[in-house]
Amino acid sequence: MSLEDKVQKIQESFGALKALGRDPTSLEFDRVTSPTEAELNGKKMILLGTNNYLGLTFDESCVAAAKGAIDQYGTGTTGSRIANGTYGLHKQLEQRVADFYGKRSAMVYSTGYTANLGSISALAQSGDQLLIDADSHASIYDACRMSDAEVIRFRHNDPDNLAKKLERLQDRPGDKIVVTEGIYSMLGDSAPLKEIVAVKKEYGAYLMVDEAHSLGVMGAKGRGLCEQDDVEADCDFIVGTFSKSIGTVGGFCVSDHPGLDALRSISRPYMFTASLPPAVIAAAQQSFDQIDANPQLRDRLWRNARILFDGLEALGFKLGPEVSPVVAIMLPGKEVAVRFWNALMVAGVYTNIAIPPSTPNALSLLRSSISAAHTRDQIATALDVFAQVGADLDLIPANKADRRRLAEAQGPLRIVTGGNMQAKPVQAPVQEEQRSSAAKG
Amino acid sequence: MATKASVEGDIIRLLGEKIESDLTLTADTNIVADTGLDSVSVMDFVFELEDEFGITVPLDRISDVKTVGQLTDAIYGLMEETA
Repeated sequence: MSLEDKVQKIQESFGALKALGRDPTSLEFDRVTSPTEAELNGKKMILLGTNNYLGLTFDESCVAAAKGAIDQYGTGTTGSRIANGTYGLHKQLEQRVADFYGKRSAMVYSTGYTANLGSISALAQSGDQLLIDADSHASIYDACRMSDAEVIRFRHNDPDNLAKKLERLQDRPGDKIVVTEGIYSMLGDSAPLKEIVAVKKEYGAYLMVDEAHSLGVMGAKGRGLCEQDDVEADCDFIVGTFSKSIGTVGGFCVSDHPGLDALRSISRPYMFTASLPPAVIAAAQQSFDQIDANPQLRDRLWRNARILFDGLEALGFKLGPEVSPVVAIMLPGKEVAVRFWNALMVAGVYTNIAIPPSTPNALSLLRSSISAAHTRDQIATALDVFAQVGADLDLIPANKADRRRLAEAQGPLRIVTGGNMQAKPVQAPVQEEQRSSAAKG
Repeated sequence: MATKASVEGDIIRLLGEKIESDLTLTADTNIVADTGLDSVSVMDFVFELEDEFGITVPLDRISDVKTVGQLTDAIYGLMEETA
């Protein structure tokens, strides 16, 4: 196929959807004014899709640390970690990450994407077997392509399916490395880690957990799902990103395994890319301090997650399986998802759109991510907008009584996966009167 | 052990249950281009084949598969290896 044919095929794939409104891959914010607000084409937007779970992007101490690092070290390192790109700052951050997790050592990468690419491809080599959850992030799939190991998928969040596959591999030589995630980014569901740990121990496999969406979000100290499920000692490798709760960019792999440091000389995504700039390193380090010092951020995050989840459910939307800082509305098709996303943008609410083939089970999703920094008024305003747009698109009943009947028919609330809140049935916490009087975004 | 022809018959039957059209499936059917299934749905279909035939299908064994016949070759090959 010629280059022209390839381009035409891509344009045909996305052209029809783009014709329905804005191109979701080409948005340009004029200004970002806070963790929860921005301006787009002169219009003020509530940001409800930035993975900025703790709202630390504008934290004064993080901003000051970044500015100080620029003054002291300049704007960039202009080199890779194995050449001129390792400063004392990089080593300090690695020690900070290791200390945060109570692990022996950490490697810092330039992005979360390369953390997965570099860790997985270096750990799993020819003759080994990688067993990955079917709903793994693209970075895990790409890491598998980069590795020379055999790659086997197991059904999403299905420890029995994983066990069956490890059983079949029992007589095969090579390391078995299981890769799972904490919170899954599309539907906000979390892995059954205790059960997965039991399986990996039974079959002598290693376990790597990607805590990208659960770092700072779950666990008493904010270390993620491994901490919350009390399985940290059995998670051999934890990878994560600084681009969500940490509020900047970068990634890491942390472990008690004495061989982690040896990966520095074989991990190509670590070796052959520029290291993180000083400002980013300093901001990341300060964010960890903020997570340590402010556990109430997590409480606020989960309170907001519950308000948004319950509010959307009360409106009659079909949501993901768990209350989580990732709240996904499941929609009946790509076209309605695009229309919904565009209408929300027009009304001043930014969310993420996710459509097949980048979603599990061919789902079309409107994905929101909530922040500790969202105010009740902002969430109330967003719910007002969801109600209006959802009714306009015939996705939910237009009148409140019908919506209440629908919500009651769907039953009381289910699982709360993180924070200090107990799972219990609750009323929609944002009342209709409050919503209608709230400021518009 | 099942024959290759019976494996192909089973794959065609299971695939037929997944697709909405009344397309007649043959060994030459292109699994993505002809059935309307996207690549992720095809990968999930492989889970069903694993259950049906009691095997594990590594990704590299099906990365070049396009047709039902090629999928049958891959599945039957894995069945022979594990028999």
